[in-house]
Amino acid sequence: MPQTPFTSRRGLLFGAAAVSAGALVTGCTSNESSDDEPAANNQPAADDKPGKPVTIGFAGPQADHGWLNAINDNAKKRAEKYSDVTLEITEGSNDTAQQIGQIETLINKKVDVLVVLPADGKALTQVGLKAMRAGIPVINLDRIFNSPQAYRCWVGGDNYGMGLNAGHYIGEKLKDKPDARVVELAGLDNLELTQQRTQGFDDALKNYPNIKKVARQAAEFTVESGQAKMAQLLQAQSKIDALWNHDDDQGVGALRAIEQAGRDEFLMVGGAGALAAFEAIKADNGVLKATVLYPPTMAASAIDLARALGQGKGVGGLAEFEIPSTVTCYSAVVDKENVDQYMSTGFK
Amino acid sequence: MTQHASPPRDSTDKVPSAAETPAWRAVLFRADVRTLSLLGVLAVLILIGGITKPDEFLDTRNLQLVLTQASVIGVVTVGMTFVIISGGIDLSVGAIVALASVWATTVATQEYGFGGILFTAVAVGVGCGLVNGVLIAYGGMVPFIATLAMLASARGLALQITDGRTQVVSVDAVLDLGERDSYVLGVPPLVLVFAAVTVIGWLVLNRTTFGRRTVAVGGNAEAARLAGIDVRRQRLYLYLLSGLCCGIAAFLLIVLAGSGQNTNGNLYELDAIAAAIIGGTLLTGGRGTIVGSVLGVLIFTTITNIFALNNLQSDVQQIAKGAIIVAAVLVQRRTASTT
Repeated sequence: MPQTPFTSRRGLLFGAAAVSAGALVTGCTSNESSDDEPAANNQPAADDKPGKPVTIGFAGPQADHGWLNAINDNAKKRAEKYSDVTLEITEGSNDTAQQIGQIETLINKKVDVLVVLPADGKALTQVGLKAMRAGIPVINLDRIFNSPQAYRCWVGGDNYGMGLNAGHYIGEKLKDKPDARVVELAGLDNLELTQQRTQGFDDALKNYPNIKKVARQAAEFTVESGQAKMAQLLQAQSKIDALWNHDDDQGVGALRAIEQAGRDEFLMVGGAGALAAFEAIKADNGVLKATVLYPPTMAASAIDLARALGQGKGVGGLAEFEIPSTVTCYSAVVDKENVDQYMSTGFK
Repeated sequence: MTQHASPPRDSTDKVPSAAETPAWRAVLFRADVRTLSLLGVLAVLILIGGITKPDEFLDTRNLQLVLTQASVIGVVTVGMTFVIISGGIDLSVGAIVALASVWATTVATQEYGFGGILFTAVAVGVGCGLVNGVLIAYGGMVPFIATLAMLASARGLALQITDGRTQVVSVDAVLDLGERDSYVLGVPPLVLVFAAVTVIGWLVLNRTTFGRRTVAVGGNAEAARLAGIDVRRQRLYLYLLSGLCCGIAAFLLIVLAGSGQNTNGNLYELDAIAAAIIGGTLLTGGRGTIVGSVLGVLIFTTITNIFALNNLQSDVQQIAKGAIIVAAVLVQRRTASTT
């Protein structure tokens, strides 16, 4: 890389690079978090020294769901932490046309870096391209744009990995049980992420020939749908050994249905990482024994990466001069053993 | 189902009874044939359920489950039926259920307990219904538009109150209502409420002046006005009634799901309208029965139940649901026209 000036290397080694490394490690897997601080502030204070001022434009989702709300919270809190970062935030929206308008406004304001969680990745690709052509690098959060030209860096979760890790966790728990019966309560079936989660789950279960997935129903990521679909699943299956539920929000409803049916013969694994789920796992007084992360802290990491990008720095702990082009967060399994470590990242 | 046995209207009726009585009989007779055909559809569904999954479907617990799941949307549908019979429409029912449920569960985090939650849910429902009613009856707004505006703003307010969070209820007295221990002779309390709302709804529509006025307003509002009915006040009361049903439904949903969420009641408006329509209620007003609407709800819930028991995926469920709506309406029309 002959064009890269040496100042950049110094920046990489001594500058805010370690901050970004913290983001990659703590942000995505949060295995160093302290118990008291909120999720967005639990980074090891490696180097918070102010650098070149950076204005970050953030176009987030409408917070109509616990996880999406946590995304917006994480981004805001992380930005507040840096004296050199100014966050230009648009009102969250689930409407494609509205979000395009909001991003165009941010482009016109000439922000230094854009962080975008698109309502629909495919539909917002064009506006991502527009920003990149205008010289504003885009950090694409979670839902991915159609073209790699539309973003400089993608940060997101691993849906396939969620399924895989949930499947392996259940597989290990049931491996000595002959003819084990497993059911799956999926999320919204018209989302690609739901299909990826199911695919990962099915692939993991293939390693355990004694386990059979006997039923799968799709709910809608809401408490109401979780209760209704789970009640039906329980009526259809008189005895099961394990349940994987894709989402902790709908899990509130699923747990209610389980309670109403008076069933407790199985173990349940959730998904996402809601505070209520962590608390239930810690209390260990119900069927919920673990949950697979889809960490909302990725929004804090996106702010870290945007700051590094705006200051022309790389990521500490890696040899590269620049921030990576993709960051896939790990879908860790949180159970009673390690729940304390993750408690601070739980969202309401 | 025994509607044809209703006595002739007495002379206290403000609608001229000479013109009214024969029409009434014709309406009731047609409704009866429709009811029978709906019962037929339900019987076929029960047969399918019984054949495909005899052990799980023909089980007391499953009957309790189906009726419980029909309760929330069923109560909403009773209110909706009144509104549609009067020639109106209420698109805001789902949003009102959402708003009432999150408002009531906000109260739950404080210390008002069972009464506070019940009162708040019902009060919010009635309040929204009042706004709808005033806008439509006295503001001269088209029901479609007024309730569409309510849909948007009530959902927005529900989102604002919750901030997207799920509000879990920890008041035991409320949660216990959904538990097996509180079943009365095997009937869940939610189902008892649904049954009570149905019976009261039937009595009000078929045995009171209010019911007759509702039909008259839907049949021909101008004629009703000339006959001395205060059409505007009648409309106000009807949207209030729909709001009240939404408030009750919101409370039932809180008991069922143990929480309030701004996504509650999603697409209830369409489910309730669909149930009323396949129950034989005319979308243009003037005709409809509570029994038909409730059977419509039961048909939908039974379909969902059979699909879930047979582990059919949601795409297949939706396609089949659409087909069954069409089939039910076609069967009904045929039966109605041959008599």
